Amino acid sequence: MNYASRFFLLPVLCFFLISFHINCTSRTSPVDSGIKTGTLHFGNQTEPQDLDPQIVTGVPEFHILEALFEGLVILDPRTLEPLPGAARSWDITSDGLIYTFHLRSSARWSNGDPVKASDFLFSFQRILSPALGAEYAYMLYGIKNAREFNTSEISDFSRVGVSAPDDTTLVINLGKPVPYFLSLVAHHSWFPVHPATILKHGKIDTRGSAWTRPGNLIGNGPFKLTDWEVNRIISVEKNPFYWDSSEIKLSKIHFFPLENNMTEERAFRTGQLHITANLPPQKIAWYRENRPEVLRIDPYLGTYYYLVNVNKKPLDNVNVRRALSLAIDRKSLTDNLLKGGQIPAVCFTPPNAGGYSFEPTVRFDTTEARRLLAEAGYGPSNPFPSVTLLYNTSESHHLIAQAVQQMWKKYLGIDVVLLNQEWKVYLSSTQEKNYDIARMGWISDYDDPNSFLDMWVTGGGNNRTGWSNSAYDSLIELASITNNKEIRFGHFRKAESILLSELPVIPVYFYTNVYLLHPSVKGWEPNLLNIHNYKFISLE
Amino acid sequence: MKKPEPDNIAGNSLWKDATRRFTANRLAMAGLIILSVLVILCILAPLVAPWSVDVQNLSLGASAPGPGHLLGTDILGRDLFSRILYGGQISFAVGLCATLVSVLIGVSWGAVAGWAGGRTDAVMMRIVDMAYAFPFTIFVIILMVFFERSLLLLFAAIGAVEWLTMARIVRGQVMSLKSREFIDAAKGLGLSNTRIIIRHVLPNIAGPVIVYATLTVPAVMLLEAFLSFLGLGVQPPASSWGILIREGAEAMEEYPWLLIFPGTVLSITLFSLNFVGDGLRDAFDPRSSKE
Amino acid sequence: MITFITRRLFFQTVPSLFLIVTVAFFLIRLAPGGPFASEKSISPEVLKQLNTHYGLDKPILVQYTDYLKNVVRGDLGPSFKYPGRNVTELIAEAFPVSLELGVYALLFAILAGIGAGLLAASKPGGARDYLSTILSTSGICIPSFVLGPLLVLLFGLKLGLVNVSGWSSASDRILPSLSLGMVYVAYIARLTRGGLLETMVQDYIRTARAKGIPESTVMIKHALRGALLPVVSFLGPAAAGLITGSFVVETIFSIPGLGRFFVTAAFNRDYTMIMGTVIFYAIVIIFFNTLVDITQALLDPRLRSKLNEKA
Repeated sequence: MNYASRFFLLPVLCFFLISFHINCTSRTSPVDSGIKTGTLHFGNQTEPQDLDPQIVTGVPEFHILEALFEGLVILDPRTLEPLPGAARSWDITSDGLIYTFHLRSSARWSNGDPVKASDFLFSFQRILSPALGAEYAYMLYGIKNAREFNTSEISDFSRVGVSAPDDTTLVINLGKPVPYFLSLVAHHSWFPVHPATILKHGKIDTRGSAWTRPGNLIGNGPFKLTDWEVNRIISVEKNPFYWDSSEIKLSKIHFFPLENNMTEERAFRTGQLHITANLPPQKIAWYRENRPEVLRIDPYLGTYYYLVNVNKKPLDNVNVRRALSLAIDRKSLTDNLLKGGQIPAVCFTPPNAGGYSFEPTVRFDTTEARRLLAEAGYGPSNPFPSVTLLYNTSESHHLIAQAVQQMWKKYLGIDVVLLNQEWKVYLSSTQEKNYDIARMGWISDYDDPNSFLDMWVTGGGNNRTGWSNSAYDSLIELASITNNKEIRFGHFRKAESILLSELPVIPVYFYTNVYLLHPSVKGWEPNLLNIHNYKFISLE
Repeated sequence: MKKPEPDNIAGNSLWKDATRRFTANRLAMAGLIILSVLVILCILAPLVAPWSVDVQNLSLGASAPGPGHLLGTDILGRDLFSRILYGGQISFAVGLCATLVSVLIGVSWGAVAGWAGGRTDAVMMRIVDMAYAFPFTIFVIILMVFFERSLLLLFAAIGAVEWLTMARIVRGQVMSLKSREFIDAAKGLGLSNTRIIIRHVLPNIAGPVIVYATLTVPAVMLLEAFLSFLGLGVQPPASSWGILIREGAEAMEEYPWLLIFPGTVLSITLFSLNFVGDGLRDAFDPRSSKE
Repeated sequence: MITFITRRLFFQTVPSLFLIVTVAFFLIRLAPGGPFASEKSISPEVLKQLNTHYGLDKPILVQYTDYLKNVVRGDLGPSFKYPGRNVTELIAEAFPVSLELGVYALLFAILAGIGAGLLAASKPGGARDYLSTILSTSGICIPSFVLGPLLVLLFGLKLGLVNVSGWSSASDRILPSLSLGMVYVAYIARLTRGGLLETMVQDYIRTARAKGIPESTVMIKHALRGALLPVVSFLGPAAAGLITGSFVVETIFSIPGLGRFFVTAAFNRDYTMIMGTVIFYAIVIIFFNTLVDITQALLDPRLRSKLNEKA
């Protein structure tokens, strides 16, 4: 053999042969050994920002926090009804303004300390402390004077509407009735933290201290933190001090931050994961045909829509917006492009948000669309000016935008320029209203239509359209001061009707959660908020 | 066989010789022909492509090569063959122009640094080091803030990054050539520095420069795909080979043709470029080829 | 040699680092969108608090001098994206992983690249030349985001020989190293071949052959030295890039390395992390380029005087 080959290429070949040989002994997959030992392998999409329930904002963080902490209330995995969590029962006054939670005397932190009502007080004070900079502090604004404390209008926390008359009683005073309050307190921003641990590593409002490291973190949840290797793995183990630990069937959970969803799917296929966070859309068809038992398509409380800058010509004309909405073939998008069981949007709020639904209003009607566009004054003599469609870079937004661009061209004869921007630039553009039409998505944090509808009030923090409608504002306001479900929903329906007539936002489709779930995982029920409490989960 | 090189006689004979040698090189000519065919096809895309790039067929979706679609369709039902043709326009433009920019800057920079030596060289090379260290992603994002997004900006962004290694390579070569006898001879003849660099040094470093340049072209084409991720670069429905390959890579198990065809076209371009490059190098430096 | 290195360190490295830190510090703040922009709008009060906590409300020059003071002490600051983590800590944890991966990829690229170049140049224009050129050059056309998944599909899924992701067992190192190194094989092979073709026709090679020295020694001991000059120039930044990690490969194989931080920090506008990675990468680049300069001098005796030259 040529000297070159002999000297250089052969060693390289040998290296690979040897390395492969090392790995050739057959081994049981992590999934199978996990079933035996009760260790759940969880694909958790991204490395969590932190494990501090009062600082973080994301879903992957929530999945881990659910294992380490327990809120006053947990939600039924199927119905999302509030069930006793850290609180064993509660009383609500008839006007819905005072909630009294009775905590369990048997509840313990993971170091054995009893869970006291004052711990909750401490935690609420912490998240509302201005210096902590908690982005989700607003979740607690229902509490009387909470907003004032968080914005430094008042500095005495005792004026905030929470109190702990004794170790097992927690009283919360609301400023206005919040009918979905019990669903709200299941959110991680309401989780308690262990005061002594916090204070050991800093002050009550010190941001980013070391208290969340393994070895330091104390929680009141079914599991405790054992291992945290950045970008590699986070492991939790059963917490023997948890009050209901006899009911917990899992012994360990491993969370893997697999960011690339193709990598995650491959990991599932080779038996490394029991659950994935996502599934690449092009694989859905294959799984439907070949392994339908692992494919999960769950409805999800979220809407994908287009923001319209209502103060910019030509979009300031409501007929133009209606024409644009009528010219989108949503069914084609969901059936041909997305293929993940997504539902073409017929209104803005997804079906069943807290039991609310709205009759189908959004349609696909190209004749009507063209008529409206002509009525707005556009036609061959007055061609429609070019508008841009903005979206943040992602494969699916890319595809949908291209398809919609084509639809508008084909059915309305208008030219839309696509503009994709990197995430932060896109956020900055939408915030500064530097766009014509922009793609947006909204996932609800709690099970109630208010989450979707109160965004569009005049000057609302999330209202990036510049739309203002006083009738809409008053309806939302009216809905917020009553406890009566029927009356509330009546106001919401009227409001949504205005929204869908004025169309500052054009709904496109309702999200679904598409992921893979190994058949050995039991107790994992689909629900609209994608909350799966580990208490009910087991591996068989 | 070595022929004495009459360099300082009128330059025409150098070019004539080079052209003659190049055209005699069958592989290089083959590469040139293939390349030209590809470029012409792409330029003529509006005439040659069976479909327009914005024709979608959502219900068809991605389909394998078949009637009506020579190379199949993508997820939006667009004809792949047409997309490759139109995409080639962008890729060739970006690939060749950006590479040219980077070669010009890199060679000049490296030649000056290597020739001057001493403090000038140190300063110039440290600037290169610092340019390496600056995060490319942020650099592009900032560029887009200040300049209109356009193909020109795309060339600038890519060229601004690719010239660095070229400069280093050229500098190393120039430094080692500096101390060779024929340079001393040229100096002895009283030729100015610039003349020496252009007439004597550059042709002798053409080798690695050409090799690196031919490898840069496909690298640039793929880099462009990353830039369109940042929002710079072509916007749909226009496309480029880099983007097609990226899209194909996502679906390589389900729709392999989406990756294979653009990838093959890119490879053919690369190989042709390589053969042309080798031919060029042999044409200018006859001693380096087969004896 | 020592003088060379010390002179290099003080007169060139330190000022370059200072300059890049300064330029980067001010420029990165020009990118739209800050570290705290998110889909759910953040209230102005909370934003104010966050800015105060991270010192973003101070005048920019004060922020700059504070940052410099900390950097000199080795404190790269808290990450904006990961509140509980320090940038120094994150880099220190991730670097060894990228280093290991980079070294394997580099070794593979050098061995396979030089080998392929040798093979091609041993009989220019022959079948070996074409074959080895084609194989090695395809490395460029098959970028890591294509090669990685391809290799994983074949060896991980179909054949089941290795894990499809992760960085725990020894065999986890193979596919990522291959995917990462393949592109460099092409460059090294082509540059080596080119360099060899030029040196092979030089007089001293003919002399060696005439002396009866075996072809393998002629090529490897004599021709290669001169031929490797452009390869070494190329390798400087290439090595620096390899050991600081590759975002693409680390994402595909889920490897907890440094590469992903380079890109995600930019996307997150995590200013301290961006600065940290810039500083780190600058140090690595300068180190490797200095190494390259020394190696070049060792390879080509004509350059040796440079080592003793005044800087």
